[in-house]
Amino acid sequence: MSEHIVSPKLYLLIFLALMVLTGTTVYAATVDLNHYYRGLNVIVALVIAACKALLVVLFFMHAYYSSKRTQLIIVAGVFWLAIMLSLTLGDYASRSWDVH
Amino acid sequence: MSATMSTTPPQSPGYQLPKEHYLNATYGIRSWLLTTDHKRIALLYLASVTFFFFVGGIFATMIRIHLLTPQGYLVTPETYNKLFTMHGVAMIFFFLIPSIPAVLGNFLIPLMIGAKDVAFPKLNLLSWYIYITGGCFVLYSFATGGLDTGWTFYTPLSSVYSNSAVTPAILGIFINGFSSILTGLNFVVTIHTMRAPGMTWFRLPLFVWAQYSTSIIFILGTPVIAITLLLAGLERMFHLGFFNPALGGDPILFQHLFWFYSHPAVYIMILPAMGVVSEIIPTFARKPIFGYTFIAASSIAIAVIGFFVWAHHMFLTGESTYAALAFSLLSYLVAIPSAVKVFNWTSTLYKGSISYDTPMLYALGFIGLFLIGGLTGLFLACLGLDIHIHDTYFVVAHFHYIMVGGAVMGYVGGLHFWWPKITGKIYPEFLARLAAVILFIGFNLTFFPQFILGYLGMPRRYHDYPPEFQVLNVMSTAGASILALGYLLPMLYLTWSMRYGKVAGPNPWPATGLEWRTPSPPPTENFEVTPVVNWEPYDYKNRPDLGLATPTAPTLAPAHGDD
Repeated sequence: MSEHIVSPKLYLLIFLALMVLTGTTVYAATVDLNHYYRGLNVIVALVIAACKALLVVLFFMHAYYSSKRTQLIIVAGVFWLAIMLSLTLGDYASRSWDVH
Repeated sequence: MSATMSTTPPQSPGYQLPKEHYLNATYGIRSWLLTTDHKRIALLYLASVTFFFFVGGIFATMIRIHLLTPQGYLVTPETYNKLFTMHGVAMIFFFLIPSIPAVLGNFLIPLMIGAKDVAFPKLNLLSWYIYITGGCFVLYSFATGGLDTGWTFYTPLSSVYSNSAVTPAILGIFINGFSSILTGLNFVVTIHTMRAPGMTWFRLPLFVWAQYSTSIIFILGTPVIAITLLLAGLERMFHLGFFNPALGGDPILFQHLFWFYSHPAVYIMILPAMGVVSEIIPTFARKPIFGYTFIAASSIAIAVIGFFVWAHHMFLTGESTYAALAFSLLSYLVAIPSAVKVFNWTSTLYKGSISYDTPMLYALGFIGLFLIGGLTGLFLACLGLDIHIHDTYFVVAHFHYIMVGGAVMGYVGGLHFWWPKITGKIYPEFLARLAAVILFIGFNLTFFPQFILGYLGMPRRYHDYPPEFQVLNVMSTAGASILALGYLLPMLYLTWSMRYGKVAGPNPWPATGLEWRTPSPPPTENFEVTPVVNWEPYDYKNRPDLGLATPTAPTLAPAHGDD
């Protein structure tokens, strides 16, 4: 199996991007975004976290250079997580409908 | 149906055991504890899961003895709570889940696909050690006060209120999860990468398809239960608020996460058993299996749809009505691929040349019991009816029909079917048939009355009951004692046959799979030379090498019976 060699420069770049995104998370937490839209603070934090996870999976875990089958397996894992989250949240979101 | 009652024992015309095979290639305890041979690891698992079956069985026996009388004199109510909890934990996590995959799957997958071993032999051994480590933690919990939360570990009972040894049990199950994940990973990679030349995906035995589907559930589901139980453990140990409302958590969240794994876990138990039945039926009906592609695809469908139905366990524990509606509908959907399998097995039997050898008795028993278990599952998926029978003995009867009538029947049937391959010896056929019948009768007598008890309103997990329920409870306990005999008999004669049984020969039934093309017991490397597969699966008509008598025209299966 041939292993893709990633240059240290790229690793460093990704590391810096992760640091910048971490800084952004910390900064965003200090700003009251909920003022504009309820729950926006959480949404922003989650979007940044997802971007960071994507960078780690693509470059640090070499998914970007992997075979289509490996990528499919990763997507399947994310899809399964999505099943769990969406159906569970479906329960929480529809609870208030029961009241009436 | 041209069924014939076979009275001839499997063929054994003066076969000799091979001089060297995996059992005698090396000797000594070290050669077993450090083995990387998938067949020996399968036997290590066989011994370990049998041990846990005994542990769980002892608890079950005590439960049934206690329930002989309405007041229950054997144990205190607190101890009764511990008995059914420990029965569930031992049986589900340490017997049912690893039984067919880790024992039969480990032994057979490389043999069935024509490989020398699994893809990661050392990882395979590691998963057994992880299983044993997890098992030790759980046994420690049993021995130091026991566990009384129910096998479901519902919070906040498990994380706040229970005074029993919850933490070591949670750690044990958490550790054991890694064993499942590694086994699943090993099987998926093995099936993808190590098939012999000519062994295309649609020539794979259906047992391998079932194991593949099970492995997907292992990989995708097990991490969730591991993390969920760890969170419950952290809440218990460090008072972190995940599920306890007093700490800002949500108890229903635990149930969502728990059942996200634990419902598919039922398919971990039943899918491999379905795989076993798919091997046994065509062998003893002497016919190609009907609808190969559909059976293979339905295994995958069950594995996938099985992940969409979990909250039907929570209809009455606080989820929203609208979510319950969706989960009810989704739960009905999973009946479709299950029914596809049952119809295909039945169609395979149609106009088959059936012989009632022991494995076939188990397979036929499986179909009947699984049918009852599956259909009563639809009762429970029905929102209105579930209000009446939720948390009653109806549920207990239903899941025992699936797990014991289905999964255990499949496991014991599979053990009999491949026993000549595993040991090179044949068990006493008459005793084996007798045991299969005893098991079937004992099982039904134990669990069918529980459907009625549940429907009449007897709740599960209670240590006592109103006197009018006693007759049915006595029937159930009587059945359990017959069932126990049905399990003890195979343990005795299978062990006996390892030493004294007749030599089986490479293909005693005979069957078409690749595993029957190597000596019994197989050599450590499985095959003398790498096999090349140039035949279709279950092609009994075109396999003169099997030595089956050419059937006369009227008993032949019609062409439309083939796939």
